[in-house]
Amino acid sequence: MTNTEIRPARPESVRTRKTRQSRKASERAATTARGRGTRLLAALFLAPTVVGIVVFTVLPIVGSVVLSLFQWDVIEDPRWAGVANYRKILTDSTVLVSFRNTLVFMVLAVALQLLFALVLAITVNGRMPKWLRSVFRSAFFFPLVLSAASISVVMKYLFNQDFGPVNWLLGTVGIPSVPWLTSENGAMAAVVLAYVWQQFGFSFLLFVGGLNNIPKEVHEAASLDGASGLRKHLAITLPLLSPTLLVASVVGIINALQVFEQPYVLTAGGPGDSTRTVVMVIYETAFEQLRFGEASAVGVLLFVLIMAVTALQFRLSRRYVHYQ
Amino acid sequence: MSTSSLPGSASGSLPSPAVSRVRHGLAPWARIAGLALCALLTLGPVIWTVSTSLHTPAKSFDLPPKIIPTDPTVVAYRGVFDQIDVWLYALNSTLVTALIAVGQMITAGLAGYAFARLEFRFKKPLFALVLATMMVPLQVTIVPVFLELKAMGLTDTLLGLIIPAFPTAFGTFLMRQYFLGMPKDLGEAAMIDGAGPWRVFRSVYAPLAAPGLAIVGVLAFNYHWNEFFRPLILETSTENLTLPLGSGLPPGQTSAPARSPSSSPGVVLSMIPAVVVFVVGQRPLREGITSAGVNR
Repeated sequence: MTNTEIRPARPESVRTRKTRQSRKASERAATTARGRGTRLLAALFLAPTVVGIVVFTVLPIVGSVVLSLFQWDVIEDPRWAGVANYRKILTDSTVLVSFRNTLVFMVLAVALQLLFALVLAITVNGRMPKWLRSVFRSAFFFPLVLSAASISVVMKYLFNQDFGPVNWLLGTVGIPSVPWLTSENGAMAAVVLAYVWQQFGFSFLLFVGGLNNIPKEVHEAASLDGASGLRKHLAITLPLLSPTLLVASVVGIINALQVFEQPYVLTAGGPGDSTRTVVMVIYETAFEQLRFGEASAVGVLLFVLIMAVTALQFRLSRRYVHYQ
Repeated sequence: MSTSSLPGSASGSLPSPAVSRVRHGLAPWARIAGLALCALLTLGPVIWTVSTSLHTPAKSFDLPPKIIPTDPTVVAYRGVFDQIDVWLYALNSTLVTALIAVGQMITAGLAGYAFARLEFRFKKPLFALVLATMMVPLQVTIVPVFLELKAMGLTDTLLGLIIPAFPTAFGTFLMRQYFLGMPKDLGEAAMIDGAGPWRVFRSVYAPLAAPGLAIVGVLAFNYHWNEFFRPLILETSTENLTLPLGSGLPPGQTSAPARSPSSSPGVVLSMIPAVVVFVVGQRPLREGITSAGVNR
């Protein structure tokens, strides 16, 4: 803000052609100097992020693919294995079960998460005092700020078959005690519920934002035309909300495919392998059994799965998502 | 806000239950009661944890659960402080989380500004690279990252947790959007006045970036305070554990089967900063979470 006094333009006619030219030249010089300064500044500003991303994300992706073609236990030198790791994990029952478990978990968790979030977001958006709305909104997104690992420790008590409050609560409405953590289906259900409990607030926030973007007039017009509650929501709210639904489901699926803390703490993958997820297998193969090549191969497969599911979703969405 | 309110109800008087049943499917009181029940179920586990931590261990599992302890006691807390070094874990967690949050605000602020307001070659491909890495799950790259850190001698150190978390693709994206939202004229006016690119950043745009940086910082704090997977893999010594690893779970017993109820005080303690952030930074947190989704 220093050289303000030069700025006020003198009448053009006073200046000679020569001074105008020399001014142009000096301006050009200034611009190139400024361009050089800009590029230097850009390089400095970008360096931490770009170097960091290359070292800690890009190279590791390449590294994962390369490692997946070697057999390596850290102690001995790596040995070329070709696709042997892939052949091995694709016939390994634990790995296959973990993919099955993760997919089952993903379908259940994302469906429940979106359903709860959608119903609650629409309900919260109904008529009520402002303070009440913000109390509800805070309550529903509160679990998001907690540590999944710590809260899973708590969930382990809550889901205990004999002295857990969950079964006690179900008992008060006449439901017989459920073997949450000791049966295969019960364990999966407990992991899903613990996960959904913590995560639905994320979709909820997205839906609340999406609902606020729907013009009020649309609903008013529908009401005047005699559309009732449920029909109005099915016919109007959902289509208008479909871009948000797409985002919520894409992010929900990507996150669900990476589930780790809940099964690790709550069930340790059991009983048997019934709640062992892909990320648990990566962790155990690499850091407990020191089979880095195989673990990398599982990681690469998970990455491919995530990419494929996301791409599929965007393809499908072209038919079902309505942009205003 | 209330998208489902009726044109006639703007007067402020509540519509009669009969009318609103036709319009909403549910009476307002039923809607609010249902929401209250859901909110209670959502907060239930948290309330249970806090109240259990104030019981004597023997009374922890009384059913029905006593939400308000008859004789509140800090016995369980004393037990936790005796068994595990809570202060050390809290210090580790604070150090790691604070340094990562500050680091991310710096790297994301600078890179976001460069992508938004500076002209240079390869801007588009570089930005595409940054965006693409947002899609890469941490678990897929963890083995090579672990090996890199091992080669640098950073495994089982707090620095090994901190440094790889400095670059943030999402934070960079967020800050780029933030700087793009500021009027271009401000910088141009300063440049006409002879300010160089650094001056323009330092005196014009940087002072306006605080709310955006707050979002990056709060999100980083929330995520890394609760982080479990990386510390589990990287930190092996007891003295390097962070709260989520050390508090709920006794050292060396990270996935232990049945454990004493004394872990609930540990869980409560590890919740406190998260709750503080929730209360103080709810707005940036909510904005950050929402844009995290919208911008994917």
